[in-house]
Amino acid sequence: MAKKFHAIKINPKKFTKDQIPFLLLVLPVASFMMLPLLYIFNHAFKPFDELIEYPPKFFVRRPTLDNFFDLFDVASSTGIPVTRYLFNSILITVLVVGLSVFLATISGYALSKMKFHLNTYLTKINTVAMMFVGTAVIIPRYLVIEKMGLIDNFLVHIVPMIAIPVGLFLVKQFIDQIPDDLIEAAKIDGASHFTIYRKIIVPLISPAIATIAILSFQGVWNNADISATFINSDSLKTFAFYMSTLSSASNSVAGAGITAVASLIMFLPNLIIFIFLQSKVMNTMAHSGIK
Amino acid sequence: MERISTIRRTKDWFKFQKKMFRHDDKDAYLFTLPYVVLFMIFVIIPIVLAVLLSFTLFDMVSFPSFNGVYNYVFLLTSDEEFMRYILPNTIKFAFIVGPGGYALSFIMAWSLSQLTRKIRTVLAIILYSPSLTAGVTMTVVWRVFFAGDESGYLNSILLNWGIIVEPIAFLQSPDYLFTIMIIVALWSSMGVGFLAMLAGILNVPHELYEAAYIDGLNSRFQEIWYITIPSMKPQMLFGAVMTIVGTFSAGALGVQLSGANPTPNYSGSLILNHIEDYGFIRYEMGYAAALSVVLLLIIYFFSRISWKLFGEKD
Repeated sequence: MAKKFHAIKINPKKFTKDQIPFLLLVLPVASFMMLPLLYIFNHAFKPFDELIEYPPKFFVRRPTLDNFFDLFDVASSTGIPVTRYLFNSILITVLVVGLSVFLATISGYALSKMKFHLNTYLTKINTVAMMFVGTAVIIPRYLVIEKMGLIDNFLVHIVPMIAIPVGLFLVKQFIDQIPDDLIEAAKIDGASHFTIYRKIIVPLISPAIATIAILSFQGVWNNADISATFINSDSLKTFAFYMSTLSSASNSVAGAGITAVASLIMFLPNLIIFIFLQSKVMNTMAHSGIK
Repeated sequence: MERISTIRRTKDWFKFQKKMFRHDDKDAYLFTLPYVVLFMIFVIIPIVLAVLLSFTLFDMVSFPSFNGVYNYVFLLTSDEEFMRYILPNTIKFAFIVGPGGYALSFIMAWSLSQLTRKIRTVLAIILYSPSLTAGVTMTVVWRVFFAGDESGYLNSILLNWGIIVEPIAFLQSPDYLFTIMIIVALWSSMGVGFLAMLAGILNVPHELYEAAYIDGLNSRFQEIWYITIPSMKPQMLFGAVMTIVGTFSAGALGVQLSGANPTPNYSGSLILNHIEDYGFIRYEMGYAAALSVVLLLIIYFFSRISWKLFGEKD
């Protein structure tokens, strides 16, 4: 008889020989995925002579911080210091992440646990809206924002970014897991809905909060389009936008080092936050299914 | 008489409504209000506006004037670029990157689920990391890799190995741009959907596999087909929706990589670039809106397919 077929081993505890084929399947893809990121890391620390070297070498041999100093020097010679762009980006990101988490959690609580008539409609519309690609209606969106007087206004970075359908969806799914009894008990004790939200819901859904915080962070920190489309004053633009101008302007070799440093500054916060919160994200994703 | 009965009916209707809403949690309206308002303004109204504007002639200066289905007729009969390049490119891009990225995500998630926790976590972070570099950073890196002179990595390698004699301007060449776009799009295709699928596979109860094994299941493929995928349909659907969004959001890729709109010979132009071209460069907003409606219909078509495949029947 042929070799007996064994049921799949999901989430094994120990490393065994028969896991090697799967590792071999993933490793080539993973290394391809990693190349560009390795490139940013290496390029950012290359001294000038390694940047202009021909043929180009992938890895840095004598790492230096020159490019970091250059980035801050170049920016200040154009009138607006790079720290200003960074400050804008950080301020916008903090506000958007905070507000979007608050709105998604409080609306998610209402949709999941409170009885009211719009409940099912809102949930359905929101689920359909998840597959809505914002860029598809870029023109009417522009008109709406123009009519609201948000052109060249700092608020344009924030207001359109707060309502995130995917975020609300994930939070609602997550709150669905919380037993109703818990909320009923609190109600009998005389707690208001807002108290229940603050004291019971928020502490229980920290994984979902971490997840939308990440999604909203990615959406806003990496966003260069808003500065390009709606903002005219340089002092109101973001670091992501500044970086996009660097990349199109700098065909020179020295520019490549600066651009790499800027990319590193863009990318690192994303990576660090995700690494710290990844187990919470995975926890949320277990409830992400659309039923 | 007629009027009196109308009034009575209206009154009854209001009474009925009052009764219906009496048991509602008033706070719920307050809690959802801010989200709903923003959602209306930035998601629903733009869609409605796109549909309305698509039946008008509008140049941003004078008030939109109604011109019926002219925009759609023009789109079907006279917009040569759209029919020759834009539509085929968009469909080709969507059909390769959508299902391709989706399948890749599933295969990777499935393989990862069979590794130990530590290795799995590290590899999952690496696979997910390209989606962290959305937009700007992504372009910067790939532009250097495919740069048109010998400083580009790919050119340098090919020159070194003697495969080519002169550097190729990959990003400016109609022959290569589209392929490069697909590579870059696939590179960043493992986003939230991938994480959802990974979590889904990890949560399929092990007893299901054991039972199926006793029932005579005899290959990995059968196992995936009969156990894994059916047990995680909701995650598969979520993943599909996220893939659709990711695929169509990547529409600006060709312009970002080549640095020009339209792209060289329209080789990398997708419908999104065409919308921007007509809207922000030529100021033909009515026509751009009609194009947006077409794009929304394409997205809707793809999501219907995923709903048919993985949606729960009710």
